[in-house]
Amino acid sequence: MSESRLERRFAALKAEGRGGLVTFTTAGDPDYDTAYKILQRLPEAGADVIELGMPFSDPMADGPSIQAAGLRALDAGMTLRKTLEMVRSFRAEDDVTPIVLMGYYNPIYSYGVDAFVKDALDAGVDGLIIVDLPPEEDDELCEPAVAAGLHFIRLATPTTDDARLPKVLTNTSGFIYYVSIMGITGTKAASGDAVRAAVTRLKGHTDLPVAVGFGIRTPEQAAEVAAVADAAVVGTAIVEQVKAGLGPDGLAGAGLVDGVIDYVASLAQGVRAARQG
Amino acid sequence: MTTPNSYTTGPDERGHFGNFGGRFVAETLMPLILEVEEAYDAAKNDPSYQADIDYYAKHYTGRPSPLYFAERLTQEFGGAKVYFKRDELNHTGSHKINNCLGQVLLAKRMGKTRIIAETGAGQHGVAAATVCALFNLPCIVYMGATDIARQAPNVFRMKLLGAEVVPVTSGTGTLKDAMNDALRDWVANVESTFYIIGTAAGPHPYPAMVRDFQSVIGREVREQMMEAEGRLPDSLVACIGGGSNALGLFHPFLNDQDVQITGVEAAGHGIPTGEHAASLTGGRPGVLHGNRTYLLQTDDGQIKDAHSISAGLDYPGIGPEHSWLNDIGRVKYVSATDKEALECFQLCSRLEGIIPALEPSHALAHVRKVAPDLPRDHLLVMNMCGRGDKDVFTVAEALGVEI
Repeated sequence: MSESRLERRFAALKAEGRGGLVTFTTAGDPDYDTAYKILQRLPEAGADVIELGMPFSDPMADGPSIQAAGLRALDAGMTLRKTLEMVRSFRAEDDVTPIVLMGYYNPIYSYGVDAFVKDALDAGVDGLIIVDLPPEEDDELCEPAVAAGLHFIRLATPTTDDARLPKVLTNTSGFIYYVSIMGITGTKAASGDAVRAAVTRLKGHTDLPVAVGFGIRTPEQAAEVAAVADAAVVGTAIVEQVKAGLGPDGLAGAGLVDGVIDYVASLAQGVRAARQG
Repeated sequence: MTTPNSYTTGPDERGHFGNFGGRFVAETLMPLILEVEEAYDAAKNDPSYQADIDYYAKHYTGRPSPLYFAERLTQEFGGAKVYFKRDELNHTGSHKINNCLGQVLLAKRMGKTRIIAETGAGQHGVAAATVCALFNLPCIVYMGATDIARQAPNVFRMKLLGAEVVPVTSGTGTLKDAMNDALRDWVANVESTFYIIGTAAGPHPYPAMVRDFQSVIGREVREQMMEAEGRLPDSLVACIGGGSNALGLFHPFLNDQDVQITGVEAAGHGIPTGEHAASLTGGRPGVLHGNRTYLLQTDDGQIKDAHSISAGLDYPGIGPEHSWLNDIGRVKYVSATDKEALECFQLCSRLEGIIPALEPSHALAHVRKVAPDLPRDHLLVMNMCGRGDKDVFTVAEALGVEI
């Protein structure tokens, strides 16, 4: 089998000698059309890998900003089926930028695991990050997804010690997502030294690219992380740009998409300025 | 589905009761969940741990709680002989203290220095705050803003006991949202913090652990009924939110095939209205709060808000062992509406001089339905799992009375 989009993208980043930018936005936030316009323009703004959040009513690992984004999307009628439609539309125009769906298990379980894996592949999804499926539950979705050709990207955290890391890395492919803090999304940031030490530790266990996220808010922080990791993940701060672009009626304002895209472009410039030694 | 030889061997090593249960948590929590499991397995086999639980159960909680023959209600219904297991007489006014004592003693063994808990009606929050006062541990209780408004007396009790009550405004501000925020706190404070989950739900080992702590209820009933009537009861009835009081009563009887067992969910305004909290009657299997179980959810797998006049039953899920007992048919699950519970709240107060909590008032509503048609030698035990002092304002409002 040929390399996947994710593998090609990380190989290209390595060849360029720079870390990548992974962006997170919630599918359908604040509405389908606006979210799709953002998605379409993320590659030109400099997103190397796109994480697309599947909204869930009870996102237990997310902070207030991403919780609110999910509720905005759900209130506007977003569903898992529509999220897959959005990826399919994107894929018709862009066949190179990897898309990873991120979210929680229940909507997928409700959809039906086999049907979801098939429809996600058909739509052009490259990988899955499912927050509440640890390796202990691999037979639920990870194994069928990997068998069908999707990447299953696992989170490693400061509590994942050396004894546990091999278990977390088993069945993980595409990249490993290092959650640099103990906590929910968007609350605090890890120090540069802590990130460097963590990446070194992970690299001792795997050849997979390491993306680092949770708490990155500025181009400078993104640059600092991208200098030591294979990619920096930014979520909450982008989602907050969506919120900032809402009108008083809670609907998308005229400058919302531009605001989000300009912000992502500033992150991308930061990342690109930080060449790895 | 085949009938198992025993109903009490679960869960398996992965925390599964049949297809239900499991450990659906974020990676940050997973190492800690495994640590809790290991610590609990070690504690279970340590006689000094059980001795500690027994000591506090007797001298602090006031166990055993009486098994009381409710003579006037029995006359009123004109059928089955109705007994109440009086867990509302426990210190703090409900069965919740049984679980909190077990968990706080485990937290101490594990060297944890900070306790968090979620609460709906406030009964579990009060019990958690109580044991934290007793064992000198800081206690943070997450409680939905909606529930804080309707359970003001319990909020004040928790504060008197030294706990910090954190209002939860996410979602609809009820029990499920409080549990989300407690889990978020835990993710951020795994090193120091023990999460005392209030019901027999959540990731393994919680459903089994909470059940074990509550099973003292059923074990006492076995002995007390033998003493009172010389035989086991014919049927058991208990209300179900997450279902810990019910499992506590049911579990020691699951292998007694002749004992009929019924769990009563909250039907709110009625199942057809969609405004209810009956996960088994009106939901389907899904994954939330660390376990697979029956959930109230939309076609898209989004969790729906539950409704019940009783804050303690106002939860869109149910403990995974109940889901399994439902599917294999060992326990029958029914429901009672807000209106029926309110009627029985008043009936029990007038006829027995016992003001029940709104939660067991649902159980009594089912007893009222079935008892008249049962023979007079039928021994029925209902778990009176909480007292109703906390509910007098809610009930007054529902009855249009100004206090």
